[in-house]
Amino acid sequence: MFKRIYAIFRARNVEFIRDRSSLSWNILFPILLVFGLSFIFSSGDRALYTVGVLQTSDVIDPTQHAYLDTRYLEFVAINDREVGYRKVERHQLDLLVEFGTPGHYWVNPDSPKGYFAELALLQSDAGNTIIKEQISGEAIRYVDWVLPGILGMNIMFSCLFGVGYVVVRYRKNGFLKRLHATPLRSIEFVIAQVASRLLLILSITTFVYVGTRYFLDTRMEGSHLTLFIVATVGATSLISLGLLVAARVTSEELAGGLLNIVTWPMMMLSGVWFSLESASDWVQQLAKIFPLTHILNSARAVMLDGATLVDVAPQLIALMVMSIVFLALGAAIFRWRAT
Amino acid sequence: MTIALEARNLVKHYPGVVAVDGVSFDVEEGICFGLLGPNGAGKTTTVEIIEGVSPATSGEVIYYGERAGAKFREEAGIQFQNTALQDFLTVKETLEMFQKLYDNPADLQHVIDECSLGDLLDRDNRKLSGGQRQRLLLAVALINKPRIVFLDEPTTGLDPQARRNFWDLVERIRKAGTTIILTTHYMDEAQILCDDIAIMDGGKIITRGSPGELLHKQYSNVIIEIPIDDVTGDLSGIPHRTLDLQGIVEIDTDDVNTSLQLLAQNVSGMNRMKIRQPNLEDLFLDLTGHSLRA
Repeated sequence: MFKRIYAIFRARNVEFIRDRSSLSWNILFPILLVFGLSFIFSSGDRALYTVGVLQTSDVIDPTQHAYLDTRYLEFVAINDREVGYRKVERHQLDLLVEFGTPGHYWVNPDSPKGYFAELALLQSDAGNTIIKEQISGEAIRYVDWVLPGILGMNIMFSCLFGVGYVVVRYRKNGFLKRLHATPLRSIEFVIAQVASRLLLILSITTFVYVGTRYFLDTRMEGSHLTLFIVATVGATSLISLGLLVAARVTSEELAGGLLNIVTWPMMMLSGVWFSLESASDWVQQLAKIFPLTHILNSARAVMLDGATLVDVAPQLIALMVMSIVFLALGAAIFRWRAT
Repeated sequence: MTIALEARNLVKHYPGVVAVDGVSFDVEEGICFGLLGPNGAGKTTTVEIIEGVSPATSGEVIYYGERAGAKFREEAGIQFQNTALQDFLTVKETLEMFQKLYDNPADLQHVIDECSLGDLLDRDNRKLSGGQRQRLLLAVALINKPRIVFLDEPTTGLDPQARRNFWDLVERIRKAGTTIILTTHYMDEAQILCDDIAIMDGGKIITRGSPGELLHKQYSNVIIEIPIDDVTGDLSGIPHRTLDLQGIVEIDTDDVNTSLQLLAQNVSGMNRMKIRQPNLEDLFLDLTGHSLRA
């Protein structure tokens, strides 16, 4: 069994590595994106000032304080005090406020945008009833925040399209039928494809990660081993999804359409480019069905907040369950022939 | 006599079509068995059911007395009509990959020598000529030291020299004791290579036997061929068939002397006339008809 898996695994690796155009694209695409975005967002500017309102409800009542009528400020409800503090510390929130008697607000003295958000608050707080607290900490640059998103997106495209298209091409040109006439079983073929793509995408992602870390000094608060485990488990789930999508399809056009249907919701809702924290609750819940959401949340937790393996275990378990389900379904419905 | 393979009442339905309609035959060990038929006769479907790559609607395949299964997959070598190989791999890498899929593979060098691939080992699969590619596909089919080899229209698209080289190769394999199942619509190929043939049409076997037996059973006559240009008189008194494209008139007769006397009065000369025995192609056309198949 392992001899057969290794034979297919090795042949697929050789095919991928010798396909210069595909290999170059897989490496160049994320590098260009990271460096491009790093350049574009180097000032760290965002369009709005973002103020967190510490409260138990998810809905902010604008009548509770005049500050909430201030133009050009975006107010987001924060339910967890510690999360709010950490966001002010990382400059992800320009200011955190809790209305009450007395009220409090937290601002980072190193944040220029926090300074203006504070000015607006003081102007609206006629009686100076809100007490100031200070939180200090280094800002998270956009490139630090977006790097896991871009790496995750590249993993997603490489795993889904790289595996899905290849399997459909093999099926369409009869190579799968030829393999079917040997003792090779579908689960062996599927495992070999997963292992091959995993090796390739982890190598490429490591290369890109090391490059960005060296040239852009990107943030890494947690352990590299934990991050590697997240990438491995996450990529496995996406490869399995790609195999499931391609399990029976015989047309590259249909495969492309199906893969787009799978990838674009993840692109939009998994937090590749922007945080979903201010999105409505149902969108956040919907996003949890996507493997990429769990990959990005856990990668950012490790890289930006120093989360440990235990901290990201729920996300990893979710990804592992998805992998098992996708792989089992994919192997069960796998079709060797085009017709 | 050992029966290597037995097809029992194979049936294959596609929506609105019965592709294979109760096909049964057995194949003796060590022979070359030919399955012939026009396009759409059901021969490739029949063979793919036997090979195990296409499920039958009903019927079963028996391999050395047992239902074809894991042992069959391990011992059968298959060359499909249309097979792509993995891109960017060399001939040697391709053979090595297939070799590792079997528990008891053949010696790689032996297969390379047998199929004359020694000079092509480092060549990318995509850069092989038609004949070289067919030799590689045959080598892939032989990589597991098969007891039985399936060749599905293996010489389609090859030039005459490559076809003859391929026939020599197939003959060597057969002489080594390997059972061969050959599907082809080249009648000369079947006549040269096959010990036993079955002709299919409409999803059924319409006749079965050795080429000699079939011809002997079907024909007691000879065929006289004469160029149309040489015909000067009226041939209506002689049963004949005009093949415009080839520019000949064929006279199918069991009385050569009388036919020649009649012809002598109606042709300008007999120097270009040919007298030949009917061959498999004649038999094939007589059994399956002369009209074009879809």
